Amino acid sequence: MTHFLKAWILAIGLILTPTALSAQEALPAAPVVDPAAASAVESADAPAAAEAPASGLDPALYTPMKPTPGIGMPVDGNIDFQQQFSPTGETAHWINSAILVPMMVGVSLVVLGLLFWVVVRFRRGANPEPSKTTHNTFIEIIWTVIPVLILVVIAVPSISLLARQFEPAPEDALTVKVTGYQWYWGYSYPDNGDFEIISNMLSEEEAAARGEPHQLAADNRMVIPVGKPVKLLITAADVIHSFAIPSAWFKLDAVPGRINEKVLQIDREGVYYGQCSELCGARHGFMPITVEVLSQEKFDNWVRANGGTVKGEAAMNEVSAEGRGAEEETSTVVAPEMVPASDSTGATAPSASAPVTQ
Amino acid sequence: MTTITADGHIDDHAHDADHKPAFFQRWFMSTNHKDIGTLYLIFAIVAGIIGGAISGLMRLELAEPGIQYLQMWATAHNGMMGGGEASLDEAYHLWNVLITAHGLIMVFFMVMPAMIGGFGNWFVPLMIGAPDMAFPRMNNVSFWLLVPAFLLLFGSTFVPGGTGLGAGTGWTVYAPLSTSGSAGPAVDMAILSLHLAGASSILGAINFITTIFNMRAPGMTLHKMPLFVWSVLVTAFLLLLSLPVLAAAITMLLTDRNFGTTFYDAAGGGDPVLYQHLFWFFGHPEVYIMILPGFGMISHIVSTFSRKPVFGYLGMAYAMVAIGVVGFVVWAHHMFTTGMSVNVKMYFTAATMVIAVPTGIKIFSWIATMWGGSMTFKTPMMWALGFIFMFTVGGVTGVVLANGGIDDNLHDTYYVVAHFHYVLSLGAVFSIFAGFYYWFPKMSGRMYNELLGQLHFWIFFIGVNILFFPQHFLGQQGMPRRYADYPEQFAYWNQISSIGYAVMLVGVLIFFVNIGYSLLAGRKAVGNYWGEGATTLEWTLSSPPPFHQFETLPQIK
Repeated sequence: MTHFLKAWILAIGLILTPTALSAQEALPAAPVVDPAAASAVESADAPAAAEAPASGLDPALYTPMKPTPGIGMPVDGNIDFQQQFSPTGETAHWINSAILVPMMVGVSLVVLGLLFWVVVRFRRGANPEPSKTTHNTFIEIIWTVIPVLILVVIAVPSISLLARQFEPAPEDALTVKVTGYQWYWGYSYPDNGDFEIISNMLSEEEAAARGEPHQLAADNRMVIPVGKPVKLLITAADVIHSFAIPSAWFKLDAVPGRINEKVLQIDREGVYYGQCSELCGARHGFMPITVEVLSQEKFDNWVRANGGTVKGEAAMNEVSAEGRGAEEETSTVVAPEMVPASDSTGATAPSASAPVTQ
Repeated sequence: MTTITADGHIDDHAHDADHKPAFFQRWFMSTNHKDIGTLYLIFAIVAGIIGGAISGLMRLELAEPGIQYLQMWATAHNGMMGGGEASLDEAYHLWNVLITAHGLIMVFFMVMPAMIGGFGNWFVPLMIGAPDMAFPRMNNVSFWLLVPAFLLLFGSTFVPGGTGLGAGTGWTVYAPLSTSGSAGPAVDMAILSLHLAGASSILGAINFITTIFNMRAPGMTLHKMPLFVWSVLVTAFLLLLSLPVLAAAITMLLTDRNFGTTFYDAAGGGDPVLYQHLFWFFGHPEVYIMILPGFGMISHIVSTFSRKPVFGYLGMAYAMVAIGVVGFVVWAHHMFTTGMSVNVKMYFTAATMVIAVPTGIKIFSWIATMWGGSMTFKTPMMWALGFIFMFTVGGVTGVVLANGGIDDNLHDTYYVVAHFHYVLSLGAVFSIFAGFYYWFPKMSGRMYNELLGQLHFWIFFIGVNILFFPQHFLGQQGMPRRYADYPEQFAYWNQISSIGYAVMLVGVLIFFVNIGYSLLAGRKAVGNYWGEGATTLEWTLSSPPPFHQFETLPQIK
């Protein structure tokens, strides 16, 4: 009997899968409504938005974290890099501050100082008779060798930084597949039932209501566990985009027809913002990246809230309840419902059905 | 050409060195290198005004967060073509059209025509003691290809290009945004524009190489050749070897767009990243094409105003050759975030850093040329001094960006924008102004106004530094390039940057007042108005030089 049931469930699953896939394919077509139009819709719904849980997910499992001002985002008037929260980011920032900036300032000041010196010392008033010197082999060797040495000093830590940035993720690392669309991001979690989060920019009013920076905040965030290497597989569906998180020293192009891999690790719980960094058409400036970093426990709850499966748990469930497999299949259908369609705002609902042209 | 006939009668039809053809024949069918050079300079000034005005629009829009003017401009732009109110998307598309046009105009229609077409045409034959270029009529073709090229690019902004009117792909025209991502004829027109501009430059390069190798005055060996001529020779080789690659790359774009090929489409076995490799194989030598002639001019100016020969002449010449050669093997540092392997990134990091060495040799040699000199600070020298320092600043940020691991954060941010404007807008443009003031009296026969020249320098110098220096900070904070609008966390430095544009604009206006004043009422210039420091052959001629010069070739000792 159980075998018979299982076969049926599998069959239904197989029939449903194409539907699920097509539902997913249609979904990316949901474009962000013009911020202006969005704000018009939004302003009418604003009170409702304030009451409703912002994420549209079960608040018992997940409530979006508030960003810390000045962390994971740019600070107005600041002149340095954003504070770094990844191991390689900290190293890179250190290389810049301890080696590259002193090199830049030093070389510029030496050149400026020499220019001032010759301008003062060898102006016509101070030196009416020019010398006829045109060669000095020794000094020419000096100013060739010294720059070479400076470059070697830079190259050693720089090359080892590169090597560290390319260290592969451990076998059991969480995988997140990032897809760039015109003009929003999709994050799918193949290790957790392969649900996909569609991430659109929040309108100015929505961002303000949630206490987030406008043009950096997205409605649905990419969520990862804290302090662990996460394997990002980055690709694009239409044109080239670039996935960037400045506070994690992370940037990798999303190229259609190609999957780029890079490890992302953020060592502090919080919200981190980035923006698309490769010209991708009209709304290139309006497809921000919002990453929320949570403890493993909270991350697991977030996965559950999205109808996904938590690693380890999934296997247990499969043994205890055989129908679980089918549920996993349907989870791909569940995920799209997390998309703002069900949101009280309605602003970013997948109303338009025009597919993204390839 | 002076021909002496058998009976000793000198053919006086050709004898009159200053016999000029009538207006149309002189300016539209020219075979005279000086006239063609003048045409190139006028063309570059016109293109520079348009490209500079576009950057003014951009800085105006970016002065504050939010979209203030863009939608209005897009509506006006639509209106010109009989369209209606522009949507926000069309406004954003217009932004991309502006950045594309600004980049292409400044690179292909301002800097290159001014340096190579303008100063190269004018002064390479004069400096090597040649009567003209090797292929005078081809020289004319080079110039007149540039005009339709510019018209195609200008016209492309008025035809559909996808989301709105015009090509909004960036000057790099990356696939697939430029193929499947941009419907309509605008991108095709922009590509054809690049084809024509490229053909123009290839013809020019062939002409310069032939002229320099075959038409030097007796006694002028390669190692006695003025550094400006060396710089144009190296530049011509870079053009000759890199432009065909661009032509191939954009031809494949064209067939991908129109004839169903899939060179850059993974779905058909192609690769979007292949386009970037081909583009930057051209694009990186291109940045040296834009700066090498400037290196040459700066060497002459520094030497003239220090009244001292160039220090380390051979080192200077071969540093340019080295920059040219190494410039061909570093292209992928423009692509550090495309997902290259670690070994490739390491190689391109190391190779790119190597370029700092010959560049350093040049900077230090210029300072050594001044060392022990007897310096005066006329306008060209001020621009040259400004160039040396500003190019150094642009150079050291280049060393930072050369590090593949560091570039992971800075790539495609305003830091890159600041870097390449320091080497181009403060490097190449400073050297163009330096050369312009240095040779303007030689070309026009009238002295420029020194006070206005100094004023132009100082205001422009202050303006561009206010304009571009804060962009380093924006980039470090993470502001991406090519954004019509930005989060308010980037507001402060953007506002400062826009103020810098306004200051710079005042400087540019003074420049035009100076040109107008000098052409109408400038003092007459003598042959060698810079005195004993100016030693190259153009100073042995009158200002302006006769219509045909060096009928008797000069002897170089």
